[in-house]
Amino acid sequence: MVTTLLEKEIGEQTIQSTVPLQMEHILNVHDLEIFYGEKRAVNGISMDIEKNAVTALIGPSGCGKSTFLRSINRMNDLIPGARAQGEIMYEDLNILSEQINVVALRKEIGMVFQKPNPFPKSIYGNITHALKFSGIKKKSQLDEIVEESLQKAALWDEVKDRLHKSALSLSGGQQQRLCIARTIAMKPTVMLLDEPSSALDPISNAKVEDLIVELKKDYSIIIVTHNMQQASRISDKTAFFLSGDLVEYDATEKIFTNPSVKKTEEYISGRFG
Amino acid sequence: MSTRANFDNNLKELKELLLEMAHKSEQAIKYAMIALLNQDMKMAKKVIEGDNEIDDLEDAINNKALLLIARESPVATDLRKISVALKVSSEVERLADIAVNIAKSAEHIGNEKHFKEIIDIPKMMELALEMVSESITAYYSEDIELAKKCANKDDAVDKMFGDLVHELLSFIPQNPNATNQIIQLAFVCRFIERIADHSTNIAENVVYLVTGKRINLNA
Repeated sequence: MVTTLLEKEIGEQTIQSTVPLQMEHILNVHDLEIFYGEKRAVNGISMDIEKNAVTALIGPSGCGKSTFLRSINRMNDLIPGARAQGEIMYEDLNILSEQINVVALRKEIGMVFQKPNPFPKSIYGNITHALKFSGIKKKSQLDEIVEESLQKAALWDEVKDRLHKSALSLSGGQQQRLCIARTIAMKPTVMLLDEPSSALDPISNAKVEDLIVELKKDYSIIIVTHNMQQASRISDKTAFFLSGDLVEYDATEKIFTNPSVKKTEEYISGRFG
Repeated sequence: MSTRANFDNNLKELKELLLEMAHKSEQAIKYAMIALLNQDMKMAKKVIEGDNEIDDLEDAINNKALLLIARESPVATDLRKISVALKVSSEVERLADIAVNIAKSAEHIGNEKHFKEIIDIPKMMELALEMVSESITAYYSEDIELAKKCANKDDAVDKMFGDLVHELLSFIPQNPNATNQIIQLAFVCRFIERIADHSTNIAENVVYLVTGKRINLNA
């Protein structure tokens, strides 16, 4: 009956609109402060990062966004004088704690950098290098992971016939997708991307963007980008940083159509930065 | 020079084009009304012919807005400025069309003597023109309060429309020879009522431009 169907539809709509979608968080950041020596680069920020979503960190150079990103898998440990306080909670553990096994952490929270940095090895060797260190030696298992990672990084079809050729023979865009495949091979839960396509041509950039949107089904992704359109195209949430402060953090749709803070608006519309 | 000075100038030019278009449309309505009341056929013709110029302005606004979207990747307020310019220009274009409709009614009545003195229609038009002027001023100055003040007048115009049409039609039995004239005047009332509606739509766009929220001012 038409009327029953209508009632049911109206009923379902009501349920959808009154029960907000509860997003699960993968990371909870509390009062995070990061210092380089005496200089404070991140001023006590707190934010929750959603699981299986793309979170974009934007802001002018020197705003603290990359410092924050690198703190999530403790890359700042490599910088002399860098220290962090506060909490980045991941599965009930504070990432910043001294007890954390940083090598294990970086397997779960992988990172891809601005400039593609493949090892001077074969395509196959790039992916298996770290796997061998972590104890996987069996060829059939390695083969399987290589194919699966390259498939997920949307690179398999382009390289399957030349897996043992040098990774350096690939184009910039392919190299970057190889680096993403290399990260995927470690089966991470979070992927940190530091301007992953700023050095790529437009077509490669588009492929990497499509890939990021595809990857969020399996991973939680945090991306630093200077490209406002990229942030608005691919992210679900956007965080705007300025001078070490988290100025505004909201749904990307809201940030790019009607941000709450004037400074956010000025930045995203290119009035400064 | 501030960052994006060129873009800001272009947004300003877009707004100026729209204000020019609105001014011409408002004038066209006034001239159409004069043509109707004074039975001035030359004036009616002028209004009808002048519509092309307003249509050209609308095209210019649309082209400029699309070019800015394509070239400048606008976001937030910038994007709303452009989208509102597109929507308001289409409301203003409808205002100009209404001026043409009134001018055509004036032509249909021609020089046939008015069956009675026309008093209430100009009053209704005065109120509708106030709404046009307020909605455009509200757009120019991004003034939400003025936009709301404008929209609040819509009910009064609707009421006048209902009363006037009822009254006009009641004259037909005693003035059967003036039936065409009476029906044209009733049409004019309908056109004026539409002027108020388009002004209210412009006012709603002003609220969206400033706040990013779509509200119905005529609820």
